[in-house]
Amino acid sequence: MKTLPATDVVIIGAGWTGLTMAKELASRTSWNVLALERGPARKTSDYLDDMDELDYAIRLRMMQDIADETVTFRHTPRDRALPVRQYGSFLPGTGVGGAGEHWSGISYRYLPDAFDLLTRTVEKHGVKRLPEDHSIQDWGVAYDELEPYYARTEAMMGISGKAGNLRGRRIEGGNVFEGLRSGEYPTPPMKTPYLAALFEEATRRLGYHPYPLPAATTSQAYKNPDGISRAGCSYCGYCERFGCMIGAKAQPTNTLLPVLNKRKNFTLKTGAWVRRIVVEGGAKGGQARGVEYVDPSGREFFQPAEIVFLASWTLNNTRLLLLSKIGDPYRPDTGQGTVGKNLTHQVSIPAAMAFFDKPLNRFMGAGSAGIAVNDFDGDVFDHSNLPFLRGGSLYTVCYGFRPMANFGLLPATVKARWGSEWKKQALHYYDRTGRISFYGEHLAYRHNYMDLDPLYKDRNGDPLLRLTLDWRDNERGMAQFMSSKAVEIARAMGAREITPFPGLKRYDATRYQSTHIQGGAIMGSNPAQSVVNRYLQHWRVSNLFVLGASAFPQNPSGNPTLTAVALTYRTAGVVIDRYRKRPGALA
Amino acid sequence: MRRRHFLTVSVASVGGLLIYSLDRRPHRVLAQERLSLGSIRIDLRHFTESEALDVAAAAARILPSDESGPGASEAGVVVYIDRQLAGPYGRDKYRYSVGPFAEGAPEQGYQGRESPRDIYRQGLARIAGMARLQPAAQDQLLRTLEDTLFFNLLRTHTIEGMFCDPMHGGNIDMIGWQWIGFPGPRMSYRDEIEQYHGLPFRPKPLSLAQVLGKRVKPSEEE
Ligand SMILES: Cc1cc2nc3c(=O)[nH]c(=O)nc-3n(C[C@H](O)[C@H](O)[C@H](O)COP(=O)(O)OP(=O)(O)OC[C@H]3O[C@@H](n4cnc5c(N)ncnc54)[C@H](O)[C@@H]3O)c2cc1C
Ligand code: SF4
Repeated sequence: MKTLPATDVVIIGAGWTGLTMAKELASRTSWNVLALERGPARKTSDYLDDMDELDYAIRLRMMQDIADETVTFRHTPRDRALPVRQYGSFLPGTGVGGAGEHWSGISYRYLPDAFDLLTRTVEKHGVKRLPEDHSIQDWGVAYDELEPYYARTEAMMGISGKAGNLRGRRIEGGNVFEGLRSGEYPTPPMKTPYLAALFEEATRRLGYHPYPLPAATTSQAYKNPDGISRAGCSYCGYCERFGCMIGAKAQPTNTLLPVLNKRKNFTLKTGAWVRRIVVEGGAKGGQARGVEYVDPSGREFFQPAEIVFLASWTLNNTRLLLLSKIGDPYRPDTGQGTVGKNLTHQVSIPAAMAFFDKPLNRFMGAGSAGIAVNDFDGDVFDHSNLPFLRGGSLYTVCYGFRPMANFGLLPATVKARWGSEWKKQALHYYDRTGRISFYGEHLAYRHNYMDLDPLYKDRNGDPLLRLTLDWRDNERGMAQFMSSKAVEIARAMGAREITPFPGLKRYDATRYQSTHIQGGAIMGSNPAQSVVNRYLQHWRVSNLFVLGASAFPQNPSGNPTLTAVALTYRTAGVVIDRYRKRPGALA
Repeated sequence: MRRRHFLTVSVASVGGLLIYSLDRRPHRVLAQERLSLGSIRIDLRHFTESEALDVAAAAARILPSDESGPGASEAGVVVYIDRQLAGPYGRDKYRYSVGPFAEGAPEQGYQGRESPRDIYRQGLARIAGMARLQPAAQDQLLRTLEDTLFFNLLRTHTIEGMFCDPMHGGNIDMIGWQWIGFPGPRMSYRDEIEQYHGLPFRPKPLSLAQVLGKRVKPSEEE
């Protein structure tokens, strides 16, 4: 293994969190900042060629190569874990920009009470209502502390939307249930596609509070505080799973990289697959000395560094900590250990399929062009007679309707799956099919966790990460309730036929749900119960910071990226203002 | 080296104005040429001719050519499948295929050792001679296979071949897109998205190569 010249800062992973940290450190300090990214380089002009459903949305050209590395999965510790051999329930990104290149851009702030979920829930409902084997924890950071960083993240990305709570004033037409915002969104809401307009009109008539989804697919030309200009979205519909060819969707390559490319103290290395973080002083404590990585030709390098930021996304973050033997692996039988605990995956369901008699032109749209209602989110509605806690948002998004994946979606009344009759129905319904979706909270449970698989290995011979994950009655009850609400809404939208969600049974690794997988290196205020402190600094290795949604103790409703990046800004601030002057534990 | 195989198709049976880029050689058949040509030969990359005919026959029962419109035959679905199986997908490049293999719960997904090529090989043995049967007998045979991995893969591939970008060999002349009213890749709907509420917007479809004015290399060509 060749030892390379030392650098001040090494960042593992060049996605949203890694490059946000890089931008802050490289612009505000004189540190030499090196980002190591396992995948290839990417740029906006690559994305002109990408409007092809097969290669991008089905063969998943932009995703991590599953033949090299996957995860194993089982429902409970008693079951046998087997590899997820083809991508299903989530899609890990790769290459510069990470999953932030091909994301949809829906950019929620979490509800204020999501951050002290345990305290608030016990206060309001009593300990008895918590599920028996829950492992819910508070985050150690409050919404109010995060608010300025949310605002900065929105300004950096140019999020489009309409405020529903401006400095405490409720505004109809925005999300009236959201936490207090210090300012309006940087750009006005997206245009409203037809299906979303039907949803908006129907939910308003039902007495709910529809609002436009907060969108990183920016609605109009925008210049951010870093001086980066981007075009407005053209609703091309090749958005989710695709990079944006005109740079309208905020992506790390069009928003952060142009700033970084001007910094002489920033270096980006692609094709650098980090296998270990090297810590001196062992599992009990000590300091990170750098990282070991392998390049595509198999050459191995040791990269010494003063500070290490792990920003390789939830699953890779957890796996690298386990492979590097940093901290105590979590054990579900005793509840001891912390690395790998509180694995959650957002409850994401097609709450109702709605079949109309008018054409919807759903091929037009953008990853975050849609309308939502949050009347059944968090604790904003009455749970006293409901069999579950918490909730989420019901929404309709028109992100483009791709024919290879969607031809043949039919009402349950059509039994045929092939042949003339099926074909006739499939033609009729093709552009008349709508969906009301639901994104809900996933509570943390003692037996949903990650560890290293004892059997299966990646291309380098390192053990795969093993996910142990299943739904509980709280999620099942929530899904059923939300589906009944979605059916009501679909009816009010004028749908001819409606298929409710059949119900959450066991966690299904084959059905795409979202890439909102969280936990494994959670934050908190107690080192016995969390991996990182409230500044995402490792409790035992003070020059190691772990960024991203791996820090979320449980899964709030709504998409995670805005929160992951806001927390990254906050960490960058304390690292620059405090840690730089006096390295060591920040909490 | 594999022996060269060709699929011979009657020009009358396929889409309107044809654009084949088989063999990396664009082949354009104009309407007036059709009668004189009678048939054209398509270079196969994976199947033998008789295999291709059987797969084409099966795909044509999944999406038949009938009064509701064109089907798998006109779209050249078998050409799409042939190329996919010949390329990295067929060899299982998009799958974690390291053992040991074991049967799992349905929620753990497909755990077999067999690649798409293997699955087709097994399926082809069951539909051998399909092309020579009458439609009713073809349907009957397919019904006995409905629960197999092969049939489900074939069904998925038939839909894919009907609606893929023409660069992948199917959806010849964008006949699938024209049929369902999908415009294909387009740079912008900014002016239409709030205009066509409840009304069909059905511009003439364009392929990716037409939009870009250049050829893009599809994944099956590596
Ligand atoms: C199809 C899709 C749609 C999505 N839509 C939304 C949405 O609408 N809203 C939302 O909020 N979120 C969405 N997401 C999720 C969003 O993309 C992620 O939350 C976000 O990108 C996470 O940022 P990150 O920096 O933590 O990780 P990533 O963006 O995944 O970046 C991590 C990087 O680390 C690299 N890496 C991993 N392991 C190593 C290693 N060992 N060595 C070196 N490099 C490594 C990876 O290659 C990758 O580039 C979506 C995701 C997908 C796939
Ligand atoms: S829909 Fe808009 S943001 Fe998305 S890729 Fe197309 S132009 Fe870009």
